[in-house]
Amino acid sequence: MTAFPTTTRTPRTATRRSAGVPYSFLAPALLLFAAFLAAPIAYTTYLSLRRTQVTGLGLGAGSRTEVWAGLENYTRSLTDPDFLPSVYRVGAYGLIVVPTMLGLALLMALLLDAGRTRVGTFARTAIFLPYAVPAVVASLLWGFLYLPRVSPFADLLHALGITPPDVLAGSGVLWAVANIAIWGGTGFNMIVLYTALRAVPRDLYEAARLDGASDVQIAWRIKIPIVTPALIMTSVFSIIATVQVFAEPMTLRPLSNTISTTWTPLMKVYRDAFTRNDVYSAAATSVVIALATFLVSFGLLKLVGSRAFHQEDRT
Amino acid sequence: MRKAVLPLAGVLAAALLVTTACGGSDDAGDNPGGKVALTYWSWAPNMDQVVEAWNAAHPDIQVTVYKQDGGDPAVTKLLTAIQAGSGAPDVMQAEYQKIPTLVAADAVADISADVGDLKTKFPDSAWNAVTLGTEAVYGLPQDSGPMMFYYRADIFDSLGLQAPTTWDDYASAARAIHTANDKQYLGTFSANDPGWFAGLAQQAGASWWGIRDNTWSVAVDDADTQRVARYWGALVQEGSIDNKPMYTPEWNAALNDGTQVGWIGAVWSPGVLEGNAASTKGKWKAALLPQWDATTPANGNWGGSATSVTSQSKHKKQAAQFVAWLNTDPAAIKALASTANVYPASVDAAATALTTPPAFFADQPDFYTIAAEASRITTPFTYGPNVNVAYSAYNDAFGKAAQSKQAAAFTEALTTMQRTTTDDMRNAGFTLAD
Repeated sequence: MTAFPTTTRTPRTATRRSAGVPYSFLAPALLLFAAFLAAPIAYTTYLSLRRTQVTGLGLGAGSRTEVWAGLENYTRSLTDPDFLPSVYRVGAYGLIVVPTMLGLALLMALLLDAGRTRVGTFARTAIFLPYAVPAVVASLLWGFLYLPRVSPFADLLHALGITPPDVLAGSGVLWAVANIAIWGGTGFNMIVLYTALRAVPRDLYEAARLDGASDVQIAWRIKIPIVTPALIMTSVFSIIATVQVFAEPMTLRPLSNTISTTWTPLMKVYRDAFTRNDVYSAAATSVVIALATFLVSFGLLKLVGSRAFHQEDRT
Repeated sequence: MRKAVLPLAGVLAAALLVTTACGGSDDAGDNPGGKVALTYWSWAPNMDQVVEAWNAAHPDIQVTVYKQDGGDPAVTKLLTAIQAGSGAPDVMQAEYQKIPTLVAADAVADISADVGDLKTKFPDSAWNAVTLGTEAVYGLPQDSGPMMFYYRADIFDSLGLQAPTTWDDYASAARAIHTANDKQYLGTFSANDPGWFAGLAQQAGASWWGIRDNTWSVAVDDADTQRVARYWGALVQEGSIDNKPMYTPEWNAALNDGTQVGWIGAVWSPGVLEGNAASTKGKWKAALLPQWDATTPANGNWGGSATSVTSQSKHKKQAAQFVAWLNTDPAAIKALASTANVYPASVDAAATALTTPPAFFADQPDFYTIAAEASRITTPFTYGPNVNVAYSAYNDAFGKAAQSKQAAAFTEALTTMQRTTTDDMRNAGFTLAD
């Protein structure tokens, strides 16, 4: 691994050079990390400990000062009556999205890999295509399809004598938002799983077939265990995306009375920072969400342990 | 070469200094050349064409228009620039309800010394919006949005209905229309448009914020607003009007296919109708808003904005001159009305600039007479320093209420709004009455 080019110089010069070189190669990355990740995180944490103090009417110069707030913003954001419901809502949304999306992705990857489908490339592209559609565009598109008065589906249902349900009203809205995420995410996860499947040596299947295993048995006994690490990784990505759900409900919000401005935790952050002009509470909530995401994703990886990262040990 | 240019430049600069001194400018220290370049953020269409007339007449004060995205993004951008210490324009279009927020953030300048005597040029309600009821002047009213009632005259005629003059009439018309055809509604209660509801509360006599001595008061949950909330809650509960938000593809379709038979809009509504329901041209009529008490007519505002000078401007005096020209000069007002398609706030506007009705209401020659009356009877309303908080509370609380279709939920939503608004002000350290 440490194959350093052999040089004709004295060992002393070589070691001195080798000490500095890796750092100079790393420097741009470290600099970018510091400037665009570490510094903003530090600043957000600093802001989350501050608040503005108004004197008098709060009009005119100098009537607003920034003061130390301690953990006040954290207590306020965690005890906000809108915060916990938004967390539960995202939890329920995740329970719908993650298993459905990954289940579909796995099923489609297995079908494509089965080798019996002649439409391989086309099907792969067609399933992957929604991933290339930005979430906001996808939400606008689905929004049209959801609104009973403008939806072509509704016309179809009317023709069949069925009154189309108003999915943007009542509890249906959670499914409506989840559907957009599933539609957009399945293709990406399918490609990851499919790539993992293609990396499996073909002779494994041949051996299984010689032993008399059917396609379903091969899938269940060989393929799925082999792609488990990839499944775990896609689960982690999906969970992180779930915690960050924002664009879909934000885009659908104007179309519905059901989606509040604090429908998901990130929407609450957006509302506090840009609608209410209170960056301090928004910063506190952001820090809480970031920590939660960190804990959930690393907790999951810890839980499933070596299965995620040690593919080579298993094959 | 260089040596020859310098004395010449010096002479020119001196000459320009003399000219500006004659013009009475005291800002010459900031701009030794005498020429001032101002930047202006606005989202009104074709504002650059309106400003061309000023630039032609004032070679020393050149204004460049930078087109912005609507109200909220522009305000966010301005507040960011103010916080950053640079990047703000000299002149800024600001919606009335955003002015207290901008003043609180020290983003707009008090120009009372330059334009204080222009008070009589504007209706009291608009003047109140730019002064917040204090001695300071935080901009000049540019356009106002007196609310108006729009209805499908053909459908009203076919049902033998008259345009409602009171809210009781409106309710019975709504019932009659929905009974005749259960797909049709006279209107919708939109939980997504806090400015719309604030206008209706204004008409009923409410003023959600107030300043007395050095203390703010909040009256979102007062008797006048409660009356409005109860009224709409009852109509939604009995199903006579719709509960879906405005400005959705569905609502556009409903305007177009005649299932929304009326709209409580504002003076700028013809543009929206033309864009969304072009095929219904000639079928609509405009009227004054229905009244709570027909003997003392009142009206509310939905929308409207002022032109303010920002606190970051280095040429506040020249900027104030431009703002005064833009909003009081007859030629400018005419251009605002005809080119930028706004309804100028100036009281002279109706006489000088608004003589022909908007194209969509070509058959209604008295359109601007009605609009002028609507503007005249608009009652003063003070916006507070956290309108944004109250408005987002409106979205959530009334969203739930409209969803539940329960009249009781509508007045409860007001209680929530009041609590959220006062809690926020107390948290920030404002001195509140009570």
